[in-house]
Amino acid sequence: MNILVCVKYVPDATADRRFEDDNTVDRVGVDGLLSELDEYAVEQALQLKEKAGEASDGQSVEVTALCVGPEKAVDAVRKALQMGADKAIHVVDDAIAGSDAAATSLVLAKAVEKAGSEGGVDLVMCGMASTDGSMSVVPAMLAERLSWPQVTMASVVETQGDQVRIKRDGDTATEVIGATMPLVLSVTDQSGEARYPSFKGIMAAKKKPLETWSLSDIGVDAGEVGLSAAWTAVEDTTERPPRSQGEIVKDEDGSGAIALTEFLAAKKFI
Amino acid sequence: MSEVLVLVDHVDGAVRKPTYELLTIAKRLGEPSAVFIGEVGKGAEVAEKVKKYGAEKVYVVDDAQIKGYLVAPKAEALQQVAEKVSPAAILIPSNVEGKEIAGRLAIKLESGLITDAVDVSADGGAPVTTQSVFAGNYTVTAKVTKGTPIITVKPNSAAPQESEGAGSVEEFSAEISDSAKGAQIVATQPRKATGRPDLNEAAIIVSGGRGTGGDFAPVEGLADALGGAVGASRAAVDSGWIPHSFQIGQTGKTVSPQLYIAAGISGAIQHRAGMQTSKTIVAVNKDEEAPIFELVDFGVVGDLKTVLPAATDEVNKRKG
Ligand SMILES: Cc1cc2nc3c(=O)[nH]c(=O)nc-3n(C[C@H](O)[C@H](O)[C@H](O)COP(=O)(O)OP(=O)(O)OC[C@H]3O[C@@H](n4cnc5c(N)ncnc54)[C@H](O)[C@@H]3O)c2cc1C
Ligand SMILES: Nc1ncnc2c1ncn2[C@@H]1O[C@H](COP(=O)(O)O)[C@@H](O)[C@H]1O
Repeated sequence: MNILVCVKYVPDATADRRFEDDNTVDRVGVDGLLSELDEYAVEQALQLKEKAGEASDGQSVEVTALCVGPEKAVDAVRKALQMGADKAIHVVDDAIAGSDAAATSLVLAKAVEKAGSEGGVDLVMCGMASTDGSMSVVPAMLAERLSWPQVTMASVVETQGDQVRIKRDGDTATEVIGATMPLVLSVTDQSGEARYPSFKGIMAAKKKPLETWSLSDIGVDAGEVGLSAAWTAVEDTTERPPRSQGEIVKDEDGSGAIALTEFLAAKKFI
Repeated sequence: MSEVLVLVDHVDGAVRKPTYELLTIAKRLGEPSAVFIGEVGKGAEVAEKVKKYGAEKVYVVDDAQIKGYLVAPKAEALQQVAEKVSPAAILIPSNVEGKEIAGRLAIKLESGLITDAVDVSADGGAPVTTQSVFAGNYTVTAKVTKGTPIITVKPNSAAPQESEGAGSVEEFSAEISDSAKGAQIVATQPRKATGRPDLNEAAIIVSGGRGTGGDFAPVEGLADALGGAVGASRAAVDSGWIPHSFQIGQTGKTVSPQLYIAAGISGAIQHRAGMQTSKTIVAVNKDEEAPIFELVDFGVVGDLKTVLPAATDEVNKRKG
């Protein structure tokens, strides 16, 4: 079984994230890393691999990390390899800068097709959202482009042969979803802690295959991606004024509760 | 005037409030038309509800071929309605399912998609959206530049405005392909009602974190006294004290109530991402250095186990 895990390189959420003059996300000036939410997808892929390895009739599972992003994004790719992915594909091309979700899903879809040209791809695994854009739409768009089913927002993943079952905690109900491979799967941060790379993993990663593909390698025209081809345009970005700190009181013998109630009453919340 | 399609948010035909918010926004952009994907027999009942908020037409799409599957068939049905009426825009509720329907629809219609709008205005008929990004630290305005604007709108983005529409029902038969039926819903367990307001819609939310030590009674008590909803940090959810559907933050719900009270929550960036656009923020935390205090309009440095119950008593006393 071949699993592709889509991993994104994002600006560090704890750093000062900002926009460039052209209103695209600054991905160069701010330190970046593998999107934390994609680590959960890598983890689940590795667990599927390990489970298959334990089964007596186990078919072997190969996990490939797939990343679309700038040169520096290779850091995210390496992290996935250090965690235990077998190999990696990094799609990098100057023309991709500023791509929206639709264009990103196009590049990913073409990369999935190329990766699958020998041996086929059974599962494409994604995170629940990228920690910068956080649209949570790339998996659905990718599934649409591949004409595959999507089973998204999984908190539990189980496979048996080519059958996949997930648990999904929706707004109004918890659902069990079933589908047949190939499909696009996304996992939430409820699916289980992601492992840290071990020393052995870090050493091993250096020898793992890492391919770099350009747009022409996957048959995407540069005019179809990037900021100028985006289907949406940001007009303006403004930083929210920081919240100014209000009154802080220390509770002494019940004074805190009284002060709090007075505040709530003054604001007409009671 | 062109039609603006609004996908009706409902549970088994019971229309949810975000639908009325979307219709109110649709009216700014054109002529609101509701699309109800559900049981045909409930179409008339739904039409009665949505016409009060300006729906001129109500497309009723039978969900017999749709409801057992995840997302893809709904996207197909919406595509077919859109191709028939060539709407000026398509508005979809911004929840997990809505965003995924929108994602598929955008590719099908080769149209631009904007998600999680907190406001939409009309600029000469073209929608301009407002979004809150980077954990609420930036406000972004954007436009769709290709195809039919598809916009997912967050709950509470507009105050529903009553305005009588014709509400004429049109049954629409959608052709659902076999390939759209790939992801099957094998089992569904509806969430138990808590009797408290829905987190997405609540005007007041009282949230508890690791500092509750697992006892949510003080949090629930204050929430009930104020008529609010209960929320939680991920630490509380991960500890198994409360289900994930109550989690506020980056990987939970993003809320923007009139009042948010954080009790025993430190204020990590991922938690802030879900609540820092709240109008008024209050924190109760025993550590005066807790980062949550940087955001608050009012803070109490103290033990939530005593402050919350005492405040609950005070509030109840004042209510008489
Ligand atoms: C990818 C990712 C996604 C995440 N998504 C989310 C998310 O969606 N939502 C979220 O909340 N977190 C999220 N987190 C986790 C987040 O980083 C924090 O770990 C979490 O918010 C901490 O929860 P907490 O404030 O309850 O716990 P802590 O940080 O442990 O804080 C507990 C607080 O309670 C106070 N306290 C203790 N006892 C008392 C008492 N008796 N009375 C009053 N105060 C007391 C302490 O002083 C402390 O400030 C995410 C993390 C990651 C990596
Ligand atoms: N540039 C990218 N490269 C690889 N995977 C991506 C990229 N962008 C998005 N993804 C995948 O799609 C998921 C959802 O992203 P988003 O729709 O941007 O929130 C992420 O968690 C990733 O798994």
